[in-house]
Amino acid sequence: MSIEANEDTTEDTIEVQPLPLDAWHREQGAQMVEFAGYHMPIQYEGIIAEHLWTREHAGLFDVSHMGQLLLSGPDLDAAVEAILPIDLSTLKLGSQRYSLLLDKNGGVLDDLMVSRWPNDLYLVVNGATKWDDIAYLREHLPDEITLNHLEDRALLALQGPEAYAALARHAKGEYDLGSLKFMKFGRFTLAGHDVTIARAGYTGEDGFEISLSADAAEEISNLLCGEPEVKPIGLGARDSLRLEAGLPLYGHDLSPETSPIAADLVFGINKRRRAEGGFHGASRVQSELADGTQTKRVGLALDGRRAAREGDAIMAGDTQVGMVTSGGFAPSLGHPIAMGYVALQHAETGTELEIDVRGKRLSAKVVQMPFVPNRYFR
Amino acid sequence: MPRYFTEDHEWIDVEGEMGTVGITDYAQSQLGDITFVELPEKGDQLKKGDAPCVVDSVKAASDVYSPVTGEVIEVNGDLDEQPELVNSDAEDGGWFFKIRLANPDELSGLMDADKYSSFVDGL
Repeated sequence: MSIEANEDTTEDTIEVQPLPLDAWHREQGAQMVEFAGYHMPIQYEGIIAEHLWTREHAGLFDVSHMGQLLLSGPDLDAAVEAILPIDLSTLKLGSQRYSLLLDKNGGVLDDLMVSRWPNDLYLVVNGATKWDDIAYLREHLPDEITLNHLEDRALLALQGPEAYAALARHAKGEYDLGSLKFMKFGRFTLAGHDVTIARAGYTGEDGFEISLSADAAEEISNLLCGEPEVKPIGLGARDSLRLEAGLPLYGHDLSPETSPIAADLVFGINKRRRAEGGFHGASRVQSELADGTQTKRVGLALDGRRAAREGDAIMAGDTQVGMVTSGGFAPSLGHPIAMGYVALQHAETGTELEIDVRGKRLSAKVVQMPFVPNRYFR
Repeated sequence: MPRYFTEDHEWIDVEGEMGTVGITDYAQSQLGDITFVELPEKGDQLKKGDAPCVVDSVKAASDVYSPVTGEVIEVNGDLDEQPELVNSDAEDGGWFFKIRLANPDELSGLMDADKYSSFVDGL
């Protein structure tokens, strides 16, 4: 039997670092894998069980590998808007927004969250790209802007329909956790520790992302997993949940070769900025908004049980019309799904296509994403 | 009946000229949740090292190699509806196919249970 690795491996031979919860994961019986330069839990009891538990109850994900950055300094908004296609004039204190880090050619270097703090902007970037992102931002931001990489902080995501019930028992703040809506955040305490809680996530479910001191990560993880609704969930289920939610994953569905327009991420380029430009990659973004793109990111539902995988060719008859960028079995649906880019004339919902999976042709149909309806708290 | 193991984590039970092939419990634990198994067809002629089966888990697809040369006599139809049998019962009910050995000498290159156990410990 051959096991085809389906995990990212860091290209640079950096020494693998333990994350704050490394020992804790092992105590919980996690299978650890190397990802983004860290040892991370891929699963505890099994991906399908963890996936279904999260959809039904609540799952605690350790996402401390992601980069938490704090930007501050004079004329901060203008400096950030000169790079990112975000409209910061409409980003209010206590709100966060999805944005894209584009290179000057309009290719996607990363996708990220930007939050308005009282005097700073707080960014959460992908773990595998954070060092490149930091270098890129430092290179292109003016010297007066300070970029602080919050390496002493951990990041936990509590996701699922019962996440609120479990977290509300412990979150103390100036206002009630229940008043926090999707894509808003606030400062709270958990077991006496100061934390920042955002109502957001990567599963399509209601949920929270909790930024906290690395020193408190173990205590808070034990506290939350002590609640009957909560179990620790690994990276494997994180991937299957985000795929069902139709969310792209950087390094798979997005890359420097990807156009954000083809990726269907126009919402990450705010309206005023589309018109005015003035961010990295603006000229390509504006011309693609005007003229359209050759390809589009679509969802695909497959018949049968066999899954298509990243790199598999999408076919119309004998012609390759696209490529799968993410694919796998969807535990909540009971059949395989995939995400990929196809030529525009084949991107219409309902289009019947085939995917070449290791020499076998599987029937696939273009479907609307998300595959599983999202349940954000709005 | 004697059971042999390969370094690729297949097992084969041999009775006379008949062999039953599957993957080991260690292999299924490495694969995680199995969602689909592609099997060969009855009558297929396999060479030792051919990959007649594909095991799809939630995370990846893996080839399963034939430990011996011979003709496929039977396949485990239960796996069509219950691929998870490979997780729950890898070394018994989750078998893949039965094969008529063309060359029993090929078995001498395989490991016994103790050797395989040491082999896995060393991984």
